[in-house]
Amino acid sequence: MSTHYVIETKALSKIYHPGTQAEVVALDKVDLKIAAGEFIAITGASGSGKSTLMNLIGCLDKPSSGTYLCDGIDVSTLDREALAKLRLEKLGFVFQGFNLLSRMDALHNVMMPLAYANQPISVRESLAREALEAVGLKDRGTHFPGELSGGQQQRVAIARALINKPPIILADEPTGALDSRTGEEILVLFQRLKQEGHTIILITHDQQVADRADRICVMRDGKLFESGVPA
Amino acid sequence: MTLTDTLRTAVFALRGNWLRSALTSLGVIIGIAAVIIMVSVGQGTQAEINKMVSGLGSNRLDISSGAGNQGGIRTGAGSQWTLTDDDAAAIRAQIPEVQYIAAGIRGGSQLVYAENNWSTSWQGVQPDFFDINSWKLAQGDGLQAQDYSGASKSVVIGETVRLNLFGEEDALGQSIRIGKVPFKVVGVLAPKGQGGFGQDQDDIVMVPLETARRRLSGSTSRPPGAVQQIAIGVTRAEDLAYVQEEVEVLMRERHRIAPGAEDDFSVRNIAEIVATRTATTRIMSLLLGAVAGISLIVGGIGIMNIMLVSVTERIREIGLRMAVGAGPGDIQRQFLTEAMLISFGGGAIGTAIGVMGSLTVSKFSELPVQLDWQVVALAVVCSVSTGLFFGFYPARKASQLDPIEALRHQG
Repeated sequence: MSTHYVIETKALSKIYHPGTQAEVVALDKVDLKIAAGEFIAITGASGSGKSTLMNLIGCLDKPSSGTYLCDGIDVSTLDREALAKLRLEKLGFVFQGFNLLSRMDALHNVMMPLAYANQPISVRESLAREALEAVGLKDRGTHFPGELSGGQQQRVAIARALINKPPIILADEPTGALDSRTGEEILVLFQRLKQEGHTIILITHDQQVADRADRICVMRDGKLFESGVPA
Repeated sequence: MTLTDTLRTAVFALRGNWLRSALTSLGVIIGIAAVIIMVSVGQGTQAEINKMVSGLGSNRLDISSGAGNQGGIRTGAGSQWTLTDDDAAAIRAQIPEVQYIAAGIRGGSQLVYAENNWSTSWQGVQPDFFDINSWKLAQGDGLQAQDYSGASKSVVIGETVRLNLFGEEDALGQSIRIGKVPFKVVGVLAPKGQGGFGQDQDDIVMVPLETARRRLSGSTSRPPGAVQQIAIGVTRAEDLAYVQEEVEVLMRERHRIAPGAEDDFSVRNIAEIVATRTATTRIMSLLLGAVAGISLIVGGIGIMNIMLVSVTERIREIGLRMAVGAGPGDIQRQFLTEAMLISFGGGAIGTAIGVMGSLTVSKFSELPVQLDWQVVALAVVCSVSTGLFFGFYPARKASQLDPIEALRHQG
């Protein structure tokens, strides 16, 4: 049985302001295959192109050239609506700044993506409770983000990313805004999610964080290098 | 996203800034309330005007026999006696929109009762004359069918005539002379007061047409059945122009007037009054429309302004919603719904205030008020469309945001 790749890019390139003096090759013919169930870290200095790669993998942006199959679907042919649907079904985002809506309690923050999936509200609530339980915040559903610690907020955000049961979790510097101890908790949580079968793509500039992944790729000047299994 | 969820999200967002939402809808509230009160008062006034105008007999046409031309000297309208009773009968028979028709002749005479005398004008009339001119009887039964058919010497007198001849005495059943002919008073007309040109409308007496022809009208050289004028009452004012055309065609046919030749009659509708009424209505509608339009535009601009602020404030939220799977359509619908909720809420409150205001005005002032539910419905529809129109650009702007930029937005 051949390996199922959730992410498969071929010669993926992104050029900003093509044909002008300000032309920037942010991504230069990247070939990347990520199998289902992998925990992979993508590292690189700032400006190396890792954010661009993340935006492309996250279907937030379209490549200038090359192909990208997201769980088997060719992204280049899709319009904005279809990309949104793809994000809804295939991707869960975790951000450095958590990006929780401060006026909603934790439960409603977690439920939010399901509204766009047209799930009935009762289903949303029970799924959100499950997701909160999975990240260890069973009793914090009625708390507002302002009443939660940074680590708890990030776990709410992870629960939100998990709620649609997406094949891919995309985490952009998820520990960047946390102290090292709380960051550690989050990384442990990711490892556990990996055990449970989730595919996790971790974008970070922090080598120590990247070392927690099964596989590390390094971006440099828009090019991707496999650095293999961490030492 | 389902409609329920879109509404729920919009309500949630508006509640988060409820004071701002309320202040924003204030423009629409004031506009809609003002429009409803003004339209109600306007329609009430218009209804009064209509009543007054129709009291003057606005739904009528008058045919006069044509101006004569005797050797280059043109005589006045009515001098030729080209109309007949039969013309009137033919019009009644052939034009169904005609409700009333009365042929008539007129003249002036000295009236005498006992030692009093009074100079006035008389009209020889047919039965419909009283309906066409909205004459009501104050006393007596008026002219009966047999008075017309038998050319009886019965007369109905106007209030001014009654005052001058009888004073305090009872006029009904008394005998008066018109010129040299004795008549019996069978009715006194309810007073109408001054006419449109300041003349005393009550200074008049009416006798059956045939009586006038035989007893009062001096000349004997006229064609049989000749009359000076035919008055026509039309059921609906809107049909006036059409009926006028029909009458002209029919009369030309009956009078065998060759195409291109000059008519030997003229048809006049109370054009000035009808025109005045139309102009009044139009100016009123224009004014009210302008007030409504301006207030809704001002309210709408307020909504647009706040929605633009709201989009800017919530760029990160928009970015996040897009990242978790909201499409441009979802975002656009959400902001449009917010704008429409503001304007609809304003419209609903404004309608309530407007209706209450109208009722208050009608209770405590002399102004006539006519509350029309169609206007209320229109106001609500207008308020929602205002939200839709002025909310479109901010919503569109929100939906076109680049999710990456939006997520990265500081503040």
